[in-house]
Amino acid sequence: MITQAILRALDKKAIWVISILIAMAILVPLSNLLLPTGHPLRVPNYMVSLLGKYLSYAMLALALDLIWGYCGILSLGHGAFFALGGYAMGVYLMRQIGTRGVYSHPELPDFMVFLGWPELPWYWLGMDQFWFAAIMVMFVPGLLAFVFGWFAFRSRVTGVYLSIITQAMTYALMLAFFRNDMGFGGNNGLTDFRDILGAPIAAQTTRAALFSATAIALAASFLVCSMIVKSKLGKVMVAVRDAESRTRFIGYRVENVKLFAFTVSAIMAGIAGALYVPQVGIINPGEFAPANSIEVVIWAAVGGRGTLIGPIIGAIVVNVGKSYFTAALPDFWLFALGGLFVFVTLFMPKGIVGVFTSAWSALRARRASARAQKGAGPMPGPSTDAPARPSQRQDNETETPPGAKPSPAE
Amino acid sequence: MVDTLRADSLLYLDGVTVSFDGFKALNSLSLVVKRGELQAIIGPNGAGKTTMMDIITGKTRPDTGEVYFEGSVDLTKKDETEIANMGIGRKFQKPTVFESHTVWDNIELSLKKPRGVFASWFYDRDDEDTARIGEILETVRLTHRASEYAANLSHGQKQWLEIGMLLAQDPKLMLVDEPVAGMTDAETIETSKLLNEISKSRSVVVVEHDMSFVRDLDCRVTCLAEGAVLAQGSLEHVSADPLVIERYLGR
Amino acid sequence: MTCGVRPFRAVLACLLLLVALAFASLARAQDTSPLISDFGGANLRALAAAVEALAASGDERALPVLQALGDGNLYETVDGGIYIREGRGAIIDAATGETTTDVEPDDLRVIRINNALRRDIRAAIGGMTLLSEDDNTRLRAAREMFSTADPANIELLDEALAQEDNAAVRRVMEQARAAAILRTDVSEEDFAAAVAVIAARGDRQALGILNANLANASEAERVNIEAGIARINQALAIQGVGQNVWYGISLGSVLLLAAIGLAITFGVMGVINMAHGEMVMIGAYVTFVVQEIIRTTNPGLFDYSLAIAVPMAFLITGLIGVAIERGIIRWLYGRPLETLLATWGLSLIIQQGVRTIFGATNRDVGNPSYMSGAFDFMGIAITYNRLWIVVFSLVVFALLLLVLNKTPLGLQMRAVTQNRRMASSMGIRTPWVDAMTFGLGSGVAGLAGVALSQIDNVSPNLGQGYIIDSFMVVVFGGVGNLWGTLVGAMTLGIANKFLEPYAGAVLAKIIILVLIILFIQRRPRGLFALKGRAVEQ
Repeated sequence: MITQAILRALDKKAIWVISILIAMAILVPLSNLLLPTGHPLRVPNYMVSLLGKYLSYAMLALALDLIWGYCGILSLGHGAFFALGGYAMGVYLMRQIGTRGVYSHPELPDFMVFLGWPELPWYWLGMDQFWFAAIMVMFVPGLLAFVFGWFAFRSRVTGVYLSIITQAMTYALMLAFFRNDMGFGGNNGLTDFRDILGAPIAAQTTRAALFSATAIALAASFLVCSMIVKSKLGKVMVAVRDAESRTRFIGYRVENVKLFAFTVSAIMAGIAGALYVPQVGIINPGEFAPANSIEVVIWAAVGGRGTLIGPIIGAIVVNVGKSYFTAALPDFWLFALGGLFVFVTLFMPKGIVGVFTSAWSALRARRASARAQKGAGPMPGPSTDAPARPSQRQDNETETPPGAKPSPAE
Repeated sequence: MVDTLRADSLLYLDGVTVSFDGFKALNSLSLVVKRGELQAIIGPNGAGKTTMMDIITGKTRPDTGEVYFEGSVDLTKKDETEIANMGIGRKFQKPTVFESHTVWDNIELSLKKPRGVFASWFYDRDDEDTARIGEILETVRLTHRASEYAANLSHGQKQWLEIGMLLAQDPKLMLVDEPVAGMTDAETIETSKLLNEISKSRSVVVVEHDMSFVRDLDCRVTCLAEGAVLAQGSLEHVSADPLVIERYLGR
Repeated sequence: MTCGVRPFRAVLACLLLLVALAFASLARAQDTSPLISDFGGANLRALAAAVEALAASGDERALPVLQALGDGNLYETVDGGIYIREGRGAIIDAATGETTTDVEPDDLRVIRINNALRRDIRAAIGGMTLLSEDDNTRLRAAREMFSTADPANIELLDEALAQEDNAAVRRVMEQARAAAILRTDVSEEDFAAAVAVIAARGDRQALGILNANLANASEAERVNIEAGIARINQALAIQGVGQNVWYGISLGSVLLLAAIGLAITFGVMGVINMAHGEMVMIGAYVTFVVQEIIRTTNPGLFDYSLAIAVPMAFLITGLIGVAIERGIIRWLYGRPLETLLATWGLSLIIQQGVRTIFGATNRDVGNPSYMSGAFDFMGIAITYNRLWIVVFSLVVFALLLLVLNKTPLGLQMRAVTQNRRMASSMGIRTPWVDAMTFGLGSGVAGLAGVALSQIDNVSPNLGQGYIIDSFMVVVFGGVGNLWGTLVGAMTLGIANKFLEPYAGAVLAKIIILVLIILFIQRRPRGLFALKGRAVEQ
């Protein structure tokens, strides 16, 4: 059953994406570690961490797109799940510092000693074990998403209302994590990490390994998303997106479908956050800022929502642009980002992938009609009464849902 | 007496009242649909036809009144999904199909199968399902467009696709809201044949304005007005009723 | 509390005092100069005697001299002259009160005192001021004595009470006397009366005094005091509730102003305008620019700056709103999530634009005279700027109700809300209505900006701080109903302020957010939701 689901997921495109990611996971560390400094093919040290950061962002965007592009749930609070995963990893890393902190306390991190905490709070217990922390990385965001979604989807909070309350959720969490009483370092967050799984976090080999882990995690997420999207469940999700109450009248439990997608997506975002934190070396409440979560949405939109490859491309393209502009023209970046939001929603609703897809199918259509004129082959069934979408491909195996535009049921 | 009426019925509405902000959409409506019956419902705009369907399918809760399915199941306590899975299918007034899915997928999604999240995730179509889908596509005359996106169908074809989706659900009761709106005369005749065919194996309730179509259906007719039943019986009987003439048909 | 209570009377009293001073200094200058010169070269004991003598003289010059002595601002020279000098200010002849240039600052030597003497001086000043002709001076003096509660002052207070005819001053004097009496051995009845007087005051200071006397009170006295304390606590609790309600209304009115424009665009058009906060911010910057122009061209008009800024802000943000609607939003109707994203992008652009033009730092927007100061209402401190904002928000609310219910535009807007297609086929130009509605919503946001410039920092981030709260208000109150927005804003404001004392400001906000999230899940369409089939179409 599961093997069938995996096989179905692995179409030509998915194999390409996963192969590229795995190749990156192998080649980037090799090039960075084995080639001498200055070699033209060597990936420089800073680039390894930067790429790792981009890939964890891509994973976050992919997670968001699973629910937005396929299920019509626009979460403006996905940064919260990312940050929670990051905090879970951060707590683990803090506990690896041991006596090497400023106050040399064997158990308490510096900020707790400074604030006069007598002992570790209960939710820090067990987090020195990697396996437990790894579970928490998935469990905490997953649980929040499950509880939040349970309430929201059952009471049929949809559309912009849902978007607004997800935004309120991440805002409330941001305020909470800014408080020193929360026991997560307040304003400063968690930082000054030393070791991960016994390896020094600053070592180049560790950084290369973290990059590989991120690339592989992204590939795995891609596979899981593909398995979901290409199954009947994926079709039900799209059905929910396009005509929620119709789906309900057919007999599907819409809230369960949404809850499942939302929780899976949150767990994925949590893992992305956990991979992000050791590579950038810090996690603080700023990650919960509503603006961050909205930025994730634009990554997915730029790349092309409703496709799995789109959000990955979008996250990388936008963040490369951000890295460039914030260094070269810092004042210009917000104009560019703001303009991107407006431009993409107005002129590129299907994103980069959409532009390429329609260009590609236009090309194919032209070739086909040229062939038809020569009488070489039959026309691929042009419909006489098809006003809706001119750039439609006819074969059943392409899974790009053409209309990302949600149409209300009645 | 009432109890036996309820026990024998497939669908039983008694004294159902709904109001929106003071406006009574349904005013103590009582209606019975028998097993294996084809029934047409006519009435002017605002008579409460769509609201009645909303009540039956669990979209709207009545303020007062009883709604029973198969004599014993209280529909006012169930939600849309439960009601749909119990065997009540509904076609909307405005055709609602999954536009970004192919015609084939639309039917496949509707096919009577376990609806759970994981059951759907690991669902694999077997030969029997393939045959059934093909059969339904044949019935609604859409075999030649099976691999097209539903968005590209004509209005009438979307209506048929939606009826096909209902068939795939294999319901005991089908509620069909204005199935021939926007259809050509030939299509309308085809549709009435189709519905007659379908009603051999299940109960069908059709809401329609088109009187010639209702005549073609040749079944029991109920006329609603202002949220209550005005007249009931054969089309001849109902259309001769002075009240119906005054409120609906006009002179 | 301050001159704000009865400005006219206070000014009159000051004028009278000045006139009296002028005469007095002429008449008595010669009498006091020997007393004042006694301060020169005296040891502490002699100084104490000099203070007493000067105070006893009841002379008008005595007060500034004693104050200067107490503050360490009284100086002597080798030749026996006594001078007053505050910091590096002008040197004043202590005896005449006139500025002099005859003395070199280097020749001045400060007259040193110790704490015991400082206390004597304070008491002496108190005694003099209690008999002053100025109401405010007497009031201040009586308050001072209330807080020192020195039994030595009882006699003086009795004397002052005998001739006091101002009720407010009299009350404070009685309280001061009662506070002093508590520290003496008096009959049980007198003690109980004193406790009653203090308890009637009903504030924290009274509570402090009663608590201080609890320690060495007899059994009977203790019962009395505890009853008094209970009475005060009750009064304080009621006052606290009143204060919280006021703070809540004040916060609610700010929320109302920020949210009401949003309620219009969201309610009528179903458009989520994430750039709404930036419209508020622009309104605040319009106020800033208006004030800058007034400052440089015609400073006399400063008090009218807000009156000028209000229509300007409304027009400018309204026009920007129309431009946004025509340029962006109309292409996105029926796609609310896209609208949300596009307007968010717009908000980034506007913020960065304002940052580029005006800089990232806070700009200084002044309060006109009628917006500054505060007054006391039944123990609740009310600042004028907050009061005006409450009034302003209610006026804006009432005007919007009028526009929606009584004008053709309002009628068309409601028609479009209820059934866009039908309204369109009835001949209403829905695109025009949309543009006007959006302009109106944005213009109201601009008005909010003018008000917020008076209480908040005017910076490019101003709007961001309000956008989430505004959404919460609209969603909580229910879409398409201005009353819902009013109730929502006030409920959230008051709930927030009642939670703050227990939970702290940040936690209170978190709790409110969580409660709203839960509430929306109970009632997805808010408090005052529309019902029926129309909602879902």
